[in-house]
Amino acid sequence: MSSPAATLRPARSAWLVARREIRDQSRDWRILAPILGLTLFFPLLMNFTARVAVDFVNRYNAPLIGERLIPFLLLVVGFFPISISLVIALETFAGERERLSLEPLLVTPLSNFQLYAGKMLASLVAPVLAAYLGIVVYSIGLILRVGWRPPAELLAQVVVLTTAQALVMVAGAVVISSLTTSVRAANLLASFIIIPVAQLVILESLIMFWGQYSVLWLIVIGLVVTAVLLMRMGVHLFNREELLGRDLDIINLRWMGGVVRAEFTGGARNLREWYAGLFRRSLPRSIPAILTVCMVLVAGYGIGLQLAQVWRLPAVLLELHTSPDAVLANLEGMGFLRPEGWLWVFGNNVRAVLLASLLGAFTFGVLGLVLLMVPVVLVGYFAGNLAVAGVSAWTVLGALVLPHAVFEIPAAILAGAAILRWGMVIVSPAHGRSLGQHWLAGMAEWARLMVGLVFPLLALAAAVEVFLTPQIALRVLFGG
Amino acid sequence: MAGALIEAEELTKDFDGFRAVHRVSLRVGAGEIVALLGPNGAGKTTTIRMLASLLAPTQGSARVVGFDVARQPEQVRARVGLLTEHHGLYTRMRAGEYLDFFGGTYGIPRDVIRERAGRLLAQFGLGEDHDRRLGEYSKGMRQKLALVRALLHDPPVLLLDEPTSAMDPSSAFLVRQSIAELRRASRGIIVCTHNLKEAEVLADRIAIIQAGKIAASGTVESLKRDFLGSRQMEVRLKGPLDGAARLLPDEAVLVDSGEGWLRYRTDNPQDTNPHVLQVLGAAGLQVVTLAEVERSLEDVYLQVVGQPKGEAG
Repeated sequence: MSSPAATLRPARSAWLVARREIRDQSRDWRILAPILGLTLFFPLLMNFTARVAVDFVNRYNAPLIGERLIPFLLLVVGFFPISISLVIALETFAGERERLSLEPLLVTPLSNFQLYAGKMLASLVAPVLAAYLGIVVYSIGLILRVGWRPPAELLAQVVVLTTAQALVMVAGAVVISSLTTSVRAANLLASFIIIPVAQLVILESLIMFWGQYSVLWLIVIGLVVTAVLLMRMGVHLFNREELLGRDLDIINLRWMGGVVRAEFTGGARNLREWYAGLFRRSLPRSIPAILTVCMVLVAGYGIGLQLAQVWRLPAVLLELHTSPDAVLANLEGMGFLRPEGWLWVFGNNVRAVLLASLLGAFTFGVLGLVLLMVPVVLVGYFAGNLAVAGVSAWTVLGALVLPHAVFEIPAAILAGAAILRWGMVIVSPAHGRSLGQHWLAGMAEWARLMVGLVFPLLALAAAVEVFLTPQIALRVLFGG
Repeated sequence: MAGALIEAEELTKDFDGFRAVHRVSLRVGAGEIVALLGPNGAGKTTTIRMLASLLAPTQGSARVVGFDVARQPEQVRARVGLLTEHHGLYTRMRAGEYLDFFGGTYGIPRDVIRERAGRLLAQFGLGEDHDRRLGEYSKGMRQKLALVRALLHDPPVLLLDEPTSAMDPSSAFLVRQSIAELRRASRGIIVCTHNLKEAEVLADRIAIIQAGKIAASGTVESLKRDFLGSRQMEVRLKGPLDGAARLLPDEAVLVDSGEGWLRYRTDNPQDTNPHVLQVLGAAGLQVVTLAEVERSLEDVYLQVVGQPKGEAG
């Protein structure tokens, strides 16, 4: 009997897994045919499209449209082959599980990381190579037939962007594949990947038509960060036991309710204990998120100030030559100084926070923070314009914003922290808990902060904004 | 048992509130085969998966070749050959490249893989089919190849789930012989099987699992003694019994009798049987045969797990 084999180097064993999968793909015509078609036929079709489009717009003296269309088609030529990587990646664990070939693989001494990396690599290699080849075919066609040579930087951007997009799609798809029980379930969840990526491609096309190619590097950075987060999440969540054990994806509302209730109450027997838990546990755990949100909001204010330098408001809009009585009548007409006004302001703020929460829950908290940042950007923009017009921003903002901001800004910070924590919860769930449990616990923690602190602060802020801020503004700004 | 290759202490596994395995303890030494028997859903596969470090025990512990299944899973998996419930082959691959791949995952050099694969394929009658795609293999051939896969890295411990399922009798015989040879090579082997004859022939010890618990364990003989009582002998006479039952010595307890035959129970057939022959002969009764009544492992199994509902007794 021989001694046990030595541990393989991680990269070599990941490549072992990838090589087997790639060899398997090369024997499957259902994968080869679309890749070959998209690599060879599709770029030629795009060349034809580019030529026809350029000729057409030149007839109407609008060569700019043609110049902007050609690079966009370069992006499209790179994107279509990598969409195949999504199909391969979604099938990678779920498909093996369905074909009952997963257990022999899991029983080998390969580590979770080696298995995961190998599967990812296998899903990337063929589609990404096909995308590169497609870009080359298209570029050669452009040079020979349209007489347009893509700039080196643009070519580099498109290649890097294509790779980064493939990385994000595959990383997300492999996460889904490792967490679902069937290929069907994985395909149904694919919309969580394809819809955001499709939106991103639309955004990239707008940027390209706008001619701001340098912005694409920011998108590349964002994609790489997202891919790294997804891969980290995937390796962290990868669980041999769950892969083998889970047979059914069912919604168990009772179980979900139980998890949320347990986390929300935190074992408290009354309101006092509940609030004690909120201040002793939830708030300290939220400190890193709170600091992050503060930095984001400060950055938002700075962005607003910068925007004021670029787009200035007409000075006449910033002059305060109105009688106090007229201002008071306007304010009352808008609902201020009346209970209905309080309801409207509070309702509006709660709606905004809930929308930010919904967006943040599925974007690692990012879109939620962006939405919360918007009012701060506007305040910064307004302050910047006041400064440019020679009006004291501190006086105006101090009268118009500060009274209720004392409550609203902490509410926004706490809301942002709750959203960020919930959105990031899936990136590094605790061991011993399933992803579903962890996400539900994150939602419960979000609800604790919202119900316990954010909504009460928003209610106070609305009361001040409706009843107190107008009085202060009238006195300070209009001498009323 | 000193130096046991598999040591499981109070292994327990819960799935979402359902207890699949409850405090299972067993030890398998080098050169020993333990058969795990039990109805479907009893917990055999779950136990095997815990020992192969595929599932983490909820409670209890287990060590395989000295490595803890929960804390050292990669070391355990490097030393275990698992024949899974489903063969799980990659049907588009050929046998040679399939074994190349799995051998590679265990870090075996390619020339060693080739040599071992060639030998094992020949041993199991697959030598001439190594170049065919696995999708073209019959069920029995796939099962044999899965067994080759489990043996390829020469593991000291083998966990075999239904090793002869889907095989024709001659293939099954070949596989059983191979398992017996593996025992001689000082491996520790656990076999999960529904084939009680196979378990009786192969296993040194049997463990019967029911509802996640070990309901009975021991050698075949000890299980028969514990659950079926003393051994039974049947003596057939040439003529009628003529009161032969009254002649039986005290140590032979009459169980049943019929036209020209009687059955008795004894704890010590080596002494009792000659005594019975002696007294019957002295009474002028002619004995045609004296043989042990065969009691099978199936009788033990049914006694332990109970007859299925609705079936005739």
